[in-house]
Amino acid sequence: MTRVNLALLVLIGCVAALPWFGGAYALRLGTIACLYAILALSWNVVGGFAGYPSFATAAFFGFGAYATGVLLGDGLPLPLAILATLVASLLLAGLLGAVLLRLRGHYFAIASLSLVEVLRELVNNATDLTGGGMGLNIPLASGSGILADATFFFYAMWGLLLATALMVIAVSASKLGFGLACIRQNETAANMVGLNCTLYKSIAFGLSAGFVGAAGGLYAAWVHYIDPSDVFDILYSVKPIVMALMGGLGSPLGVVCGAFLYLGLEEVVWRNYIQIHSGVLGVLIVMLLLLLPHGLISLRPGMFRRKAKHV
Amino acid sequence: MLVAQVLVNALVLGCLYACIAIGFSLVWGVLNVINLIHGSFIVLGAYLAWGLYQSLAIPPWYALPVAAPLFFVFGYLLQRLLLNRVIAAPVLVTLTLTFGLDLILNNAMIYFFKADYRKLSLHPSMGSVSLFDVVVPVDRLIATASALALTAVLYLVLRRLRVGRAIVAVRLDRDAAVLMGVDVKSIYAIAFGFGAALAGCAGVLMALIFPISPLTSSTYLGKAFVVCVLGGLGSVSGALAGGLLLALVEGVGSTLIGPAHATTLSFALLIVFLIVRPHGLLGRKGFE
Amino acid sequence: MSEILRLDAVSRHFGGLQALRGVTLGIDKGEVLGLIGPNGAGKTTLVNTICGVTPASSGAVTFMGRDITRIKTYQAARLGLSRTFQIVQPFAEFSVLDNVAAAALFSQPGESLKSAREEARAHVAFVGLEAQAEKSAATLTLAMRKRLELAKALAMKPKLLFLDEVNAGLNSAEVERATGLIHQLAADGITVVMIEHLMKVVLNVCTRIAVLHNGQLIADGEPRDVISNPAVVDAYLGQQYAKRNAAGD
Repeated sequence: MTRVNLALLVLIGCVAALPWFGGAYALRLGTIACLYAILALSWNVVGGFAGYPSFATAAFFGFGAYATGVLLGDGLPLPLAILATLVASLLLAGLLGAVLLRLRGHYFAIASLSLVEVLRELVNNATDLTGGGMGLNIPLASGSGILADATFFFYAMWGLLLATALMVIAVSASKLGFGLACIRQNETAANMVGLNCTLYKSIAFGLSAGFVGAAGGLYAAWVHYIDPSDVFDILYSVKPIVMALMGGLGSPLGVVCGAFLYLGLEEVVWRNYIQIHSGVLGVLIVMLLLLLPHGLISLRPGMFRRKAKHV
Repeated sequence: MLVAQVLVNALVLGCLYACIAIGFSLVWGVLNVINLIHGSFIVLGAYLAWGLYQSLAIPPWYALPVAAPLFFVFGYLLQRLLLNRVIAAPVLVTLTLTFGLDLILNNAMIYFFKADYRKLSLHPSMGSVSLFDVVVPVDRLIATASALALTAVLYLVLRRLRVGRAIVAVRLDRDAAVLMGVDVKSIYAIAFGFGAALAGCAGVLMALIFPISPLTSSTYLGKAFVVCVLGGLGSVSGALAGGLLLALVEGVGSTLIGPAHATTLSFALLIVFLIVRPHGLLGRKGFE
Repeated sequence: MSEILRLDAVSRHFGGLQALRGVTLGIDKGEVLGLIGPNGAGKTTLVNTICGVTPASSGAVTFMGRDITRIKTYQAARLGLSRTFQIVQPFAEFSVLDNVAAAALFSQPGESLKSAREEARAHVAFVGLEAQAEKSAATLTLAMRKRLELAKALAMKPKLLFLDEVNAGLNSAEVERATGLIHQLAADGITVVMIEHLMKVVLNVCTRIAVLHNGQLIADGEPRDVISNPAVVDAYLGQQYAKRNAAGD
């Protein structure tokens, strides 16, 4: 285990201590922090490790939210529902990935973005199953009292974050991670040395989507009510990218730091500029990309030296 | 005759779609930038037309020559000052940057104009024409004709004017264009300016037909995407082909399986094309 | 001598452009075949077709008795077909060692990263890049990158190795060195096909020469016979070379 990955686990460990320091607000913030970190870490496997600019995060977040929502509505206990959601998301993504990951660059980005739209419309139209545009009410899954509920979900999200981090660390140290790094640097050469790129990319896409889906499921159980435009929001695709770019693309520790920093900024902006908060988010994104292209941690100096393919 | 009506509707709508997409296609094809602000430009153009009509009783077709230069300058400056800095960056960066810029513009529009839907209703109303049982509202007809005129203007610019040839040269082979003495930075800014101008003008035309609100910008953007992928990038004929195909699929789909599914159908079609024929009906291979 | 690769009437067209026309060729195990011809003759296309980068439009490719016409690139690599690229394709961020380890890792089943790295050291040493082993591939000179390309190709334990203009851009000392490496490969029993423009090298190393012109195979046989073949002289070598060669005999 590298020192950086160890630092990541320590950071996550520190976050677990949050409930001792605050009440309901701190818990809510902490839960979202863990959620953001999960999304950013998972995205990083496809976007950072493999170098494929995926905008599909919102698609699987929404899928996970609805999958868990429906399963809980059918009476399944929460842990089982989350697990089933994780597996379902993983399989769905693996299948879709085998098809979509043949595209590169812009085309892949657009296809992944379109996935969000398509899934949202499908869910919107499947009114019998999902409640369509009217939304889905999700039964309460845990204990009594607001604080107990909040604490439960904080630790649930935290647990998922830990699992995600362990997955990411395992991938980065494995043959899969090495292969993804090859794909990122030079996919032609990777093919030439005998690497089955489609398989590796699909696995990465699947793993990433599995944890995003599970996070979506936990989110749904936590908020008790979801509707398609809420969970299939493009922002759930864009925010993890911004977090990763802030913290340092490719580095799990950087990405998690980026997620926490982003949340901090988001909270400050929301509380002070509610009417124009998305505009301020836009300004933040623009400034970040123009002024700080390498993020807080630039562990891989070569990352931004790839030029966009010009016609 | 239902079939004839559906076909005529598709023809009319297809030209409008082409007009929406043409600026987007130009920017994507020439600068290799997917301009996520495009939808908001269109909405802003619609507001301009609406505003001019509400306050000065200037009908939309006279708003076109006002919109075009305004948006051109806006686009030119945006590219020259901001986007140019990331022109060589990976897809991720340019897409996220234009996304951020779009957030700013869209939020500004919501703040200043409010999100309520507005309608530009012409007084007196222009009614509709009918030929062999096929009915077409006159305002749509005018919008379609104007849309075709705009695409024709762009086509002529790309074919006849020096700056147009330079744009095409950069699209075909940027490095060779540099060697030929083309000032690529300038061309990028000009092309982006054209794209913005076309979007603004498309917005003016849209104001005649569709309700106006910042919330519709993502719909326009979505249409532009699909048209570009279906028809192929960077060419006027591609935008027309894509626009007509999309309108046809939506029209037929709406009639057969209901309008609610029309958007899903178009995005699903997008994905199918991306997988099977990413360069579109009339595009060239090798665009990434 | 057993035949290791067979091409039967292989054709390949890109739209209207006919890149390969009915190429029929057999390569025996242990040969060093020189593939020559003017630019645009289809030499690299031929290698691409065999290795699964672009599938043949018609015809059949058989490798060690197995039909590989429709094979995918990574599958060809795992079967023992290895190649270098004319424009080198390193993993730019990785060290030289990791570049070669990647080749060892993914082309052989049952390898671990650790064992791949150990194997890689030997190949890195073979091409003389030990001093650069830990440096990133992006810092290498062109000649070194070509050697890295070769090391990667060798780490795949190929049965048939395609060298696509390994000597382009190298000075004469570097060319000598590269030629020496190729001699060594041949001695180790690897079948080699080299696309090459330097006739000196081709005549030095190759046991057989095949000539491509406009996608067609116009000559195939003993080096001395081929270079005096009038069709070859016409298409590629030129009268001056032929005269110089005849005089030198």
